[in-house]
Amino acid sequence: MTLDLPFVWACLIAFAVIAYILLDGFDLGVGILFPFMRGEATRDEMMNSVAPVWDGNETWLVLGGGGLFAVFPLAYAIIMPALYAPVIAMLLGLVFRGVAFEFRWKTRRGKFLWDWAFAAGSTTAALAQGIALGALVQGIPVAGRAYAGGWWDWLTPFSLVTGVALVVGYALLGSTWLVYKTEGETQQKAYGFARVTGVTTLALIVIVSLWTPFLSDAFMHRWFAWPQVLFVAPVPLMVALAAFALLDGLRKRQERRPFCATVALFMLCFIGLLISFYPYLVPTSVTLREAAAPDSSLSFLLAGAAVLLPVILAYTGYSYWVFRGKVNRHGAYH
Amino acid sequence: MDLPDPLLLARFQFAFTVSFHIVFPSISIGLASYLAVLEALWLGTGRAEFLTLFNYWKKIFAVAFGMGVVSGIVMSYQFGTNWSVFSDKAGPVIGPMMGYEVLSAFFLEAGFLGVMLFGLSRVGPRLHFVATLMVALGTFMSAFWILAVNSWMQTPAGYSMNAAGQFIPRDWWAIVFNPSFPYRLLHMLLAAYLTTAFIVGGTGALHLLRDATQPAPRFMFSMAMWMAAIVAPLQIAAGDLHGLNTLEHQPAKIAAMEGHFDTHAGAPLLLFGLPDMDQERTNYAIEIPRLGSLILTHDPNGTVRGLKEWPRAQRPNAAILFWSFRVMVGAGLAMFAVGLWSLVLRRRRRLFDSPGLLKAAVASSPVGVVAVIAGWITTEVGRQPYTVYGLLTTAESASSIGGLAVGASLTAFVVVYFTVFGAGAFYMLRLMHTAPKAAES
Repeated sequence: MTLDLPFVWACLIAFAVIAYILLDGFDLGVGILFPFMRGEATRDEMMNSVAPVWDGNETWLVLGGGGLFAVFPLAYAIIMPALYAPVIAMLLGLVFRGVAFEFRWKTRRGKFLWDWAFAAGSTTAALAQGIALGALVQGIPVAGRAYAGGWWDWLTPFSLVTGVALVVGYALLGSTWLVYKTEGETQQKAYGFARVTGVTTLALIVIVSLWTPFLSDAFMHRWFAWPQVLFVAPVPLMVALAAFALLDGLRKRQERRPFCATVALFMLCFIGLLISFYPYLVPTSVTLREAAAPDSSLSFLLAGAAVLLPVILAYTGYSYWVFRGKVNRHGAYH
Repeated sequence: MDLPDPLLLARFQFAFTVSFHIVFPSISIGLASYLAVLEALWLGTGRAEFLTLFNYWKKIFAVAFGMGVVSGIVMSYQFGTNWSVFSDKAGPVIGPMMGYEVLSAFFLEAGFLGVMLFGLSRVGPRLHFVATLMVALGTFMSAFWILAVNSWMQTPAGYSMNAAGQFIPRDWWAIVFNPSFPYRLLHMLLAAYLTTAFIVGGTGALHLLRDATQPAPRFMFSMAMWMAAIVAPLQIAAGDLHGLNTLEHQPAKIAAMEGHFDTHAGAPLLLFGLPDMDQERTNYAIEIPRLGSLILTHDPNGTVRGLKEWPRAQRPNAAILFWSFRVMVGAGLAMFAVGLWSLVLRRRRRLFDSPGLLKAAVASSPVGVVAVIAGWITTEVGRQPYTVYGLLTTAESASSIGGLAVGASLTAFVVVYFTVFGAGAFYMLRLMHTAPKAAES
């Protein structure tokens, strides 16, 4: 039996991307909520809830990008120039918010500046990621082995909506994370934001889901042709279930269920995206098989990934376990 | 108005972002190991000074590491944005090595960093020490893989080409352990240790100049000076080996570094000069007869090839290389001198109360950083005009992006980096200016 290496790797990259969206999603979301949460103690608490884990969360982005480079170099070489401006904006946003974790504790007078950098950087990165995602879904024209479109192709009404949707969605992840990790006043505020961002996120999911099939015949066919519709119909149904779990959990003031429901919501949207994309990596120009590096590249890295990914998951889990429970407002090292 | 040349701007963007970036890993490789040693000493001896020092340098490490992470993410995406043809062609070979860097290094560092920074009271000293060791191991693995990548671009091996012009891996052992890799890895790790030793030593000296009785600054100064005295001579030996390896595989780079345009037996060593690429000569040269051949071939009458042996289009820029190389060597010799001086004073038991050495240590604390940047400029400019040496030119490697797009992103990077990393450097310096305090958590 031989492994279908490009397919295995497509699954692994997809795993890295969803891991990134979920994990960095909640800590970017905490940043997006920063301007709306006043008070130094509250902000310290928010920061401490993600400080020990944010770096690990962001590493999944490097695995997603680096993995694409390693195993689908052609796709990487096409997508990055096509999404030039949003990628640069995302990187700069990540610079500002990443250094804020340390810098804001190093100064009293300048602390507000780094709070601002954290919020603006997180929001910029989220918006840029959402726009990049929307631009990718719309499709990228290719000639030969290179991007063949213009430098503003990424900017369309659709990509702006997906950009806003991801900002709001990350804010939802962030607020349900805070519901789970904090208590008292911060938690009460987080419940309020979770409700607002939850309802908005659901509305945006509906808009984007209805819009997407009209972007290309392939998407339309994938979602509405008979009998395929039987296989894909469970996804929207489960989205409805997750949406109910989220809103019900918030109403009953449950602490863990809203976060879990939001995670489920993100995963379902991501699965929906994969259903639309397959077998394309760059819709509708390059399939994952066309973009794949030779088997000697794929198998070399797969050997390492097979051993290292379970180990990574184990110690990442351990790290989360060490910092389990509610954030201690005063006990952090700073 | 002429539109800016996108290739030149993309090269400048890479040079700018990587020059900032390399400073942070250099410090975090060295400091991670230093922190592991400090924690081991604390666990082994139970002396509180070691914990004090650990907590002191931990904070500085966290700032440097954070800046390394964010500037590193920029690097990993820049291959795609500005160098997409290179990514497509070399991706099958260097991509998996960078993938290994993420899997074996970045996750390890990031996964245990939280425990190391915030977790001592939660996991206890032993598990915490494991976390510190894992962070240090991660910095090593990161250096291993990224230097394998860089070395492969300098001395490619173990590949074949396919119809699309992509490099196809044939023999991963030959790719990873390519001819220049062991030398470059050793040279860089020693450089990271030296850089850190001088930062730690300078900080210790600063506090000793204020108050020579405190035990914590005495420990850090003494440890740093041991490192300087031992590692600086090792680094000179490693640099010599690396140079000989470069002479074998990239002789044009050596010719440019030495400012030699003509090939001759018994070549002199140029101490000073202004290489002129158009005129094909080095002006105002001050030379020591035969020493160039002696250093490069270990024979005073050995033959050293000059740049004229290569067509003009294949020559790296000697005007830059000649000086970047001399700055690196000068910095290395300065570090060697400080190390030697410390040995003499240590023998006389005057290590801590000689203002001369303490002031020299403070003044030379950034010398390692200067050497690292100058060294990387030497090896990277010396690889030109290729990205993959001799096989893929830099001009062929670039994305077909307009000059305005590259220029705009370059401007943004320059503004953001100077602001953000300027602030970070300021915070690091301020932390180093504060004396280590005991019983601080």
